[in-house]
Amino acid sequence: MAQYKMHLLVCGGTGCRASQSEEILKTLNAEIKNLGLENDAQVVMTGCFGFCEKGPIVKIIPDNTFYTQVKVEDCAEIVREHILKGRKVKRLLYEDPETKKHIEDSKHMGFYQKQLRIALRNCGFIDPENINEYIARDGYSAIAKVLGDMSQEEAIDLIKKSGLRGRGGGGFPTGLKWEIALKNKADQKYVVCNADEGDPGAFMDRSILEGDPHSVIEAMAICGYCIGASNGLVYIRAEYPLAIKRLQIAIKQAREVGLLGKDIMGTGFDFDIKLKFGAGAFVCGEETALIHSMEGLRGEPTVKPPFPAQKGFLGKPTNVNNVETLANVPAIFNKGADWYSKIGTEKSKGTKVFALAGKINNVGLIEVPMGITLREIIFEIGGGIKNGKKFKAVQTGGPSGGCLTEKHLDIPIDYDNLLAVGSMMGSGGMIVMDEDDCMVAMAKFYLEFTVGESCGKCAPCRIGNKRLHETLEKICAGKGTEDDLDYLQNLSRVIKDTALCGLGQTSPNPVLSTMEHFYDEYLAHVRERICVAGQCKALKLYTIIADKCTGCTACTRACPVGAITGEKRQPHVIDADKCIRCGACFDKCKFSAIHVQ
Amino acid sequence: MNKIKSLDDLRKMRLDLENGMDIREKSNSPESLVQIRVAMATCGIAAGARTVMNALIEKIEKEKIPAVVTQGGCMGYCYAEPTIEVRVPGKDPVVFGNVDAKVAAEIVDKYIKKGELIDGVIPTNYQTINEQK
Repeated sequence: MAQYKMHLLVCGGTGCRASQSEEILKTLNAEIKNLGLENDAQVVMTGCFGFCEKGPIVKIIPDNTFYTQVKVEDCAEIVREHILKGRKVKRLLYEDPETKKHIEDSKHMGFYQKQLRIALRNCGFIDPENINEYIARDGYSAIAKVLGDMSQEEAIDLIKKSGLRGRGGGGFPTGLKWEIALKNKADQKYVVCNADEGDPGAFMDRSILEGDPHSVIEAMAICGYCIGASNGLVYIRAEYPLAIKRLQIAIKQAREVGLLGKDIMGTGFDFDIKLKFGAGAFVCGEETALIHSMEGLRGEPTVKPPFPAQKGFLGKPTNVNNVETLANVPAIFNKGADWYSKIGTEKSKGTKVFALAGKINNVGLIEVPMGITLREIIFEIGGGIKNGKKFKAVQTGGPSGGCLTEKHLDIPIDYDNLLAVGSMMGSGGMIVMDEDDCMVAMAKFYLEFTVGESCGKCAPCRIGNKRLHETLEKICAGKGTEDDLDYLQNLSRVIKDTALCGLGQTSPNPVLSTMEHFYDEYLAHVRERICVAGQCKALKLYTIIADKCTGCTACTRACPVGAITGEKRQPHVIDADKCIRCGACFDKCKFSAIHVQ
Repeated sequence: MNKIKSLDDLRKMRLDLENGMDIREKSNSPESLVQIRVAMATCGIAAGARTVMNALIEKIEKEKIPAVVTQGGCMGYCYAEPTIEVRVPGKDPVVFGNVDAKVAAEIVDKYIKKGELIDGVIPTNYQTINEQK
């Protein structure tokens, strides 16, 4: 490889590409060529840096300068000032929201200081379309070690010792899963990578596949050796075109150098990977539904047992692991089980990737050791709540999880602690809510999602969730009664106990957890018909304060339904029956005469 | 591309590839490395800072010295360009003036490796706002 003095890393994740990072890359290259610096500086497209809030990101190595929100027009300045003359472009540096100071390099950014990147170790560091960069960072040395000096049992034992648990949601011990698959004898077995990421707001699997596809390929091959399978399948949703493209390139490159295919590295071990595309159904993230979808059947779950490890794809023993779980595997073999098991809490080892979304300053992707608190994640890494509002709750685990409130902020996060407080780890989406978010409306939002995604096979999920959603709609519309609250709780419990698969069994969780922590809000909706957060439109009451109204008629003209009447220069009135609570009058009034309740 | 036919092949391939990634690996842990900053403003470049920087990078690369070379702006010592600032972990930064390729090699051999100062040290007479308490 050629020696460059500087590397310019440009984020090539989906988020940054949407704001022109490809053009930025081209322009940087053109500028460098213009100034004759092509032997000094190399421009590299990498995976996601995680700091999506401020994309597109350009990072300059070796001084770790972290440029944010770079535009194509900025490229000339970056090259002329920074690359040629060594002067950082101040205005593009990240500004600390509290101190208002520009931060010179990424090592000093609060966003990165608490992070520990294992699954994301190569994201934002290597070019995902270049196998050489992966190999240069110890890539494929884990599979080499496994094939060279370990028996199947030894390798599985190492994973068991590391304490790695499934990152897709359930947290099943990975080593144990592999062991069961190994013990089930068959002429053919399958390794499946579950890349059907469906939680609203979660994008860790996509980012790993986009930023470091080889780590997943390597881990699948290791798993193949451990359980005795020569076929790997990646079930990925077709709506992830960039992840698919990078994965395809990576598989092709691995085949070309003989790291996939027949007789890998002369050890007699055969392994190859195929992609299977899903149409983006949430239920297909459930492993039995996923397998049916891959077989060309309807994406519907079946009762377990038989578990996929006994009877999976085409009736053969199948091991299904999530993308993030797999991305940890090569690092564990390279650094050892002891190293990994020292990170995290007693029962949840290692790190977890979280996607921060909602009303938080630093929207993005982070990886933190298990046992970190929500407070550290939200206020230190996440930079706190947007616009200085007050923190209200955070939804973890997506539609299957629950909400956590102020009093949970200092609980060390791991699988068991989250379950104990009525939420779950899930795939790692974290949606942060502030004082303007109504918790009833939030539960309604998730139920709407579940109703849309329910496969319809079992009645509790198909009909029960629909009824839950209708009741929540009724409450949000100001027509709910206290009986409805009991109904919600009873029905939720029935669905939890009787639904067929994980999706149905967990779908009432948002209702139950919001009712547990915010029962007052539910009561206010049905008793006083008030939405404290002011989000439920139907519960808003717009009135005009006669003393303040000058009769300017601005509101009359703004009202789209003609609900406001009154003489010129006389106080106006709003007809509550006609009013659609759009707030147009409120925005228009110059005299603060409109009162909202 | 050559096929990787054995575990040794992979090891060899990695050794060949490592150099290219070295700069990025080093940037991951800057505080534990010797940091050399070459002043690369117009005056520095005109006085030959680029040659100095190249010489430093080659030497560090060849002798596998745990150091990272970055470029900085004008430090104000225009009378003594090219200038370089060397930060050895745990020590105060030292600025050397009138550096050429030969002096650069000497700085690496004597100061960085053995901790001996050589001629041409510019006494630090400034504080940066980062250092102010």
